[in-house]
Amino acid sequence: MFDLLLNISLLLLSLSTLAYIYRVVKGPSTPDRVIALDAIGINLIGITAIISIILRSNSFLEIILLLGILAFIGTVAFSKFLEKGVVIERERDS
Amino acid sequence: MSLIHWAILSPFLMAVFVPFFRKYIHKIHTGWFVLLLPIFLFTYFLQFLNETMNGKTVIKTANWIPSIGVNFTAYIDGLGLLFALLITGIGALVVLYSIYYLSKVKESLHTFYVYLLCFMGAMLGVVLSDNIIVLYTFWELTSLSSFLLIGYWYTREKSRYGAQKSMLITVFGGLSMLAGFILLSIMTDTFSIREMIPQVSTLPDHPLFIPAMLLVLLGAFTKSAQFPFHIWLPDAMEAPTPVSAYLHSATMVKAGIYLVARLSPIFAGSSEWFWIISSFGLFTLFWGSFNAVKQTDLKAILAYSTISQLGMIMSLLGIGSAAIHFIDVPDNLYMAAIVAAVFHLINHATFKGSLFMVAGIVDHETGTRDIRKLGGLMSIMPITFTLAVIGTFSMAGIPPFNGFLSKEMFFTAMVNVTTLDIFNMETWGVLFPIIAWVGSVFTFVYSMILVFKTFTGKLQAEKLPKKPHEAPIGILIPPIILASLVIIFGFFANLLVPSIIKPAVASIMPRVVEGKMAAIEIEYWHGWNTELKMTLGVFALGALLFLTLAKWSKLYNVFSKRLTLNNLYDYVLLSIEKTASTLNRFYMTGVIRDYLVVIFSFFILALGSSLVIKDAFAIDLTHVAPIRLYEAVLSLVLVAGVVTILFAKSRLTAIIALGAVGYSVSLFFILFRAPDLALTQLVIETVSVALFLLCFYYLPELKKKEKKLRFKVTNLVISLGVGTIVTLIALSANSNRLFESISSYFIENSYKEAGGKNIVNVILVDFRGFDTLFEITVLGIAALGIFGMIRLRLSRGKGQ
Repeated sequence: MFDLLLNISLLLLSLSTLAYIYRVVKGPSTPDRVIALDAIGINLIGITAIISIILRSNSFLEIILLLGILAFIGTVAFSKFLEKGVVIERERDS
Repeated sequence: MSLIHWAILSPFLMAVFVPFFRKYIHKIHTGWFVLLLPIFLFTYFLQFLNETMNGKTVIKTANWIPSIGVNFTAYIDGLGLLFALLITGIGALVVLYSIYYLSKVKESLHTFYVYLLCFMGAMLGVVLSDNIIVLYTFWELTSLSSFLLIGYWYTREKSRYGAQKSMLITVFGGLSMLAGFILLSIMTDTFSIREMIPQVSTLPDHPLFIPAMLLVLLGAFTKSAQFPFHIWLPDAMEAPTPVSAYLHSATMVKAGIYLVARLSPIFAGSSEWFWIISSFGLFTLFWGSFNAVKQTDLKAILAYSTISQLGMIMSLLGIGSAAIHFIDVPDNLYMAAIVAAVFHLINHATFKGSLFMVAGIVDHETGTRDIRKLGGLMSIMPITFTLAVIGTFSMAGIPPFNGFLSKEMFFTAMVNVTTLDIFNMETWGVLFPIIAWVGSVFTFVYSMILVFKTFTGKLQAEKLPKKPHEAPIGILIPPIILASLVIIFGFFANLLVPSIIKPAVASIMPRVVEGKMAAIEIEYWHGWNTELKMTLGVFALGALLFLTLAKWSKLYNVFSKRLTLNNLYDYVLLSIEKTASTLNRFYMTGVIRDYLVVIFSFFILALGSSLVIKDAFAIDLTHVAPIRLYEAVLSLVLVAGVVTILFAKSRLTAIIALGAVGYSVSLFFILFRAPDLALTQLVIETVSVALFLLCFYYLPELKKKEKKLRFKVTNLVISLGVGTIVTLIALSANSNRLFESISSYFIENSYKEAGGKNIVNVILVDFRGFDTLFEITVLGIAALGIFGMIRLRLSRGKGQ
């Protein structure tokens, strides 16, 4: 019963990821795509968490943390790129 | 190392010191120092005459590579000694001649004498080695030093051409000979010629016998300028005349003769040996003499004449091999052919050496060697003229010179061969004396041309670059010595018989000679027989042809000048180069995509064919785990990502799809319970997607064409092929597990032995820490490399 529930939630998360992918592909503007990618990352966190419950394992908690960090850094980098045109600014030597 | 070894190697040692003589003792011509060595060696080798005359031989072994049976075994018997005496004797005369011929000031004498001494040592090594590998080593050294000597005046185009040609042809033959030698050693299980001869009765049935014989003969024929490999010899005439006299008349071109004679005890007796040697020899005799008539350059005439005379000796050796079949007959006619071959070998060395020297003197004193410009030198250069007459008359076979005797013996052999009733001689045998006779007529004609066109007639002083006068006495001494030998051997031929000819014949035909040594004799007058009539016919027709030369020499124009062996050689060389470069250009396109096509096609063919040939394909589903829904769905996502990459219109889509593939892989790692891999995969995938985006962002504006990948059938076929092959191999490998995995060891011991619960990490840093170390190194190198690339690029940009 519990496993069925987990599977259903996995399915729902996958469907939501698919919907975000649609937004990544279609999204009229770049910020749309960035937001969608960020959300896909968060969805992946959920998927990983559910899978680790299904596998009865706590080895994947680091991955959840890592995904969170990556999604954050990726979004910030994209935002900065959109805002300033570069990701890493140089110190006046350019 | 015995004294004989030192004697063989002494020219090489001497060659080391020659440049010092040249450098520190300017006033004395370097040749004088060099001259001492061949004289010394000649007297040294003369001492062995006593032993060989009594039928003894001398064997001394010095270890070289004893573990594989290659030892420097010096072996002196009649044949080897004859050649050693020729090499050192004529070598001494040639060095003396070169002292007067080569200028002390203008020429780089040290290189000349270094090459010449190397050649002399190599040649001594060839004729005195019993071990065939050592013989081959020295053989190649003769080719090499001959190459250097022909190209002595290396600033001349023709010298370089001649040197290259002779090198290519003789080394081609030398390598074939090496192959033949190796086959011989496989058959007999020894490298020593002496040890091969006792096994001779079993050899002819061996399947390698004929290939070995043909390959060895190829070496002998190329070296001795037999048809059709004679073409290098006329071009080798670009060498200084002492070189032509020494290498290309007396010694090196006889290395092939020596080889044939030396291996006669092994090969003679088979009909192939008889036919190949005698027919090629005879045809070379005819072809050389026929072509010599049309030459206008003195040295070219002599070159073709050498070819022709070598053919004559070769054919005599071939006919002599028939003697093997008549071992038991008391009156062995064919033995005489071998005697004639050895005798003519000596004669040819004497008169041809002197003739080359004469040609060199004429060249030296008049400035030209063209017989169309020469003439009327008889009264100006009387001594040279006398020498030329002796040499040419001997060559033409006119009594009382030694050439007459050997020519008579040659005819005797040719007449006798028609009575031979083995080897199907009744079919073509009758041609032998006819070709020999015609060849001799032409020999007579060119000999007459050589002497009379040069020395008689009108002096054309205005055409000559120099004012002609008699040569200095020093340069005349060597040809005078040789010419007097011509006369001495002519009148007292029997002097040579017991001392040199008999031992030499005994080493060529060891089985035949036993008990028949006394029968060998050279008679000056042997009655009014066929041979004498043939000789008289040669004189009559030859004289007639010479007198009417102007009328029939147009005959040579009938043959197209384009259809010569030289043109064939040039054409073959050129087309080899062209074909090679076309082939190169065909597959070395410079386009990496084409190379990848080749690499992947080879991959498919090699792996696919080995799968088929070894019948290795197998599917065994017993070990396969059940497929879960998650994996199926994730596989679909992965495939969708890959297909998106292939059909993406823009690069951005492809990069994002690649990232999706990477993330799916990390999800796979999660599903297959590999948390460390999943972690690393996630981070690395993020970084590499970022890098791809970086590359994409900096693409040049102009070439930024957002275009779909073009479709190519070849690429499709190859990619499908590679995918299929890899899949098949993976399936087969999975189905063919031979052993249990060793992973249980790590599971059991990672905590016990290494104190870690994370097995993957324990393997990485403990059980197999070495791999990790070097992967760290790889990353370090990559980082430094990227840094270097970016930095160097920048600084160069600033420099410009």
